[in-house]
Amino acid sequence: MNRYSTRTFALEFVMIAVAIVFAFPVYVLVNLAVRAPSDTSSPISLTSSPTLTNFTEAWQVAGLGGALINSVLVTVVSVVIVLAVSALAAYPLARSTAHWSRGTFLLIMLGLILPFQLAALPLYQTIRDLGLLGSVWSLVLFYAGLQVPFTTFLYVGFLRALPRDFEEASFIDGGSALQTFRYVIFPMLKPITVTALVLNAVSVWNDFFTPLLYLSGSDQQTMPVAIAGFVGQYAADWNLIFAALLISVVPVLAVYLVLQRSIINGFAGGLKG
Amino acid sequence: MTLDVKERLPARAAAVPRRRQFGAPPWWFVVPALLLFAFVVLVPSARGVYYAFTDWDGLDPQLSFIGLDNFTAMADDPDALQAIWHTLLIAVAITVIQNGIGLLLALGVNTAIKSRNFLRVLLFAPAVITPIVTAYLWRNLLGPDGAVNSLLSTVGLESWQQNWLGDPDLALWMVVLVVVWQFAGYSMVIFLAGLQSVPREIYEAAAIDGSGPVRRFWSIIRPLLAPAITINLMLSIIGGIKLFDQVYALTGGGPGHATDTISTLIYKDAFTLGEFGYSIALAVVLTAIVAVVSAGQYAVLSRNEKAAS
Repeated sequence: MNRYSTRTFALEFVMIAVAIVFAFPVYVLVNLAVRAPSDTSSPISLTSSPTLTNFTEAWQVAGLGGALINSVLVTVVSVVIVLAVSALAAYPLARSTAHWSRGTFLLIMLGLILPFQLAALPLYQTIRDLGLLGSVWSLVLFYAGLQVPFTTFLYVGFLRALPRDFEEASFIDGGSALQTFRYVIFPMLKPITVTALVLNAVSVWNDFFTPLLYLSGSDQQTMPVAIAGFVGQYAADWNLIFAALLISVVPVLAVYLVLQRSIINGFAGGLKG
Repeated sequence: MTLDVKERLPARAAAVPRRRQFGAPPWWFVVPALLLFAFVVLVPSARGVYYAFTDWDGLDPQLSFIGLDNFTAMADDPDALQAIWHTLLIAVAITVIQNGIGLLLALGVNTAIKSRNFLRVLLFAPAVITPIVTAYLWRNLLGPDGAVNSLLSTVGLESWQQNWLGDPDLALWMVVLVVVWQFAGYSMVIFLAGLQSVPREIYEAAAIDGSGPVRRFWSIIRPLLAPAITINLMLSIIGGIKLFDQVYALTGGGPGHATDTISTLIYKDAFTLGEFGYSIALAVVLTAIVAVVSAGQYAVLSRNEKAAS
C-alpha cells in the first residue's frame, strides 16, 4: 500500500488515461470557444489561430454581466437566509424532546422527500398573484424555503452530537437564549456551516428549473437561464455558445480550485448525517 | 465571574423547584424557518395534491373537482406511461453505472499513486459545473459533426459513428452518459471518504492473511463502506428520478418523446399545453415514486448496515 511498485505505476498510468477521457469534453469546450466561426476544421484538432472575440461577443449578446450579478445576488442572499433560519431552528429541534419539537422536525424532514416539481406550479400561481414573477427576489424567497429541510437536517444532526456544557454555562452566566445562540452555539457550528454553505451555494447557483419558470419572459436572468436563452437564439453558432458556456464555468471552477478542500469535504462529509 | 455564578445558582434552583434543563431554547426559534418552509414547500405541495383531482388550468380560480380523471387519463396516455418508464430506467441506469464507476475511481485514487490528489480534484470538478451547461456542451459533442464522431473517425472507427442524440434508441443512454460523466466524481468522493475511514491495519492484516484483492474488497471493505454506499445510492436514484435540466438541454425530451421523463412532461404539459391539472397529477405520481423508493431503500439499506456493523 505504501510502496511504489510496478503495479502502482501501471495503475497510475490507467488512472491518468481515465482522467484524460474525463477531461476530453473540457478540452473541446476550450478549443471551440477560442475558434473563429469561419474555421471549420475538426472539433478535436487544436485551433490554429485562437481568438477571444467569441467571448466579448457572447458576453454582450447574452447579457451575461447582468445574469452574473443576479446569480451572485440570489445565491448570496438566499444562502445567508437559509443558514441563519435553519441554524436557529435546529437549536430547539435538536435540544427539546417535547412533542411539538419532534413533530415539527418530522414535518420539516418531509421536505427532503417532496420533489420540488409538486410545489412548483401552485407556487408559480402564488408568485404571479403577488406580482413577483420576473423578480429575482421571488427566487431568493424560493431557495430560502426550499433549502430549509436539508440545511436543518445537517444542523440538527451536528447539534445532537455537541455537548450541552457550553450553552448551560452561558445560561448560568445570565445570557439570553438569543445571545447564547449567537455567541456560543453558532460559532461551534462552524464546520457544518461550511458544509451547508457549499452544498446550498452550489445547488442554488446551478438551479435552472425555477428561474426558467419564474423569470421567463422578463429581462431579469440568472446564469443558467441566460445560457439557455442564448443557446435557443444562436442554435447553430457553437463557437459563440461555447464561449458563453466557458464564461459561465470559469467563476465556478475558480472558486472550486481555491476552496477545493472545503468543497470536496463539504460534499463528502456533510451527507453522513 | 465565578462569584456571579455562585450567586445565581441558588436563586434559580429556588425559582424552579424541579430540576429543569438549563437553557432550553425557546420554541419560537423554529418560526422563521417553518414559515419559509410552509410558504415555499408545504402549502404549495398540499395545494398541488388537491389540484391533481381538479381541472385546474393555472389561471381560472374556479376549479371543479374531477376525482381521479387526471390519473385515469394518464393510464391511457402513452406519452405519460413512456415518461414514467424512462424516468425509472434512467434512474436505475444512472445509479448502477455512476456508482460502479465512482467506486472504481475511489479504489484507484485511494492508493499510493502520485497523481491521487490531482485526480481527485480533476474528477470531482464536473460535479460543481451547472448541469444545464454540461448538457449543452455534450449536445454539441454528440452531434452529427461533433467531437465524439470526429474522435471515432480519427482512431479509424468510422463505422461506430452515430447520430447519438437523433437515434431514439440511443438518446436515452446519452442522457445517462452525461449525468454519469458529471457525477461519477461525486460518488467517488463519498466512497473515498468511506474508504479513508477504514483503518490501514485492516487492509494490511488482510493482505498478510493472503486474501486476494476481490476477496479483501468483498468481505472487509464493502461492509465498512456501507454508510457511503447508502448515501450514494440514495443521492443518485432520487436525483435520477427528478432529472430535468440535463434532458431539457440535451434532447428536450426528443427525438419524439424518446427521452421524455416525468419532469420534462410536467413542464411541457403545464407551460406549453396549459394542462396544469394533468401536469400536477404527474407531479403527484413523481412524488409517490420518490416516496416509495426512498422508503424501500431506507428499509433495505438500514437493515444491511445493521447486519454489516
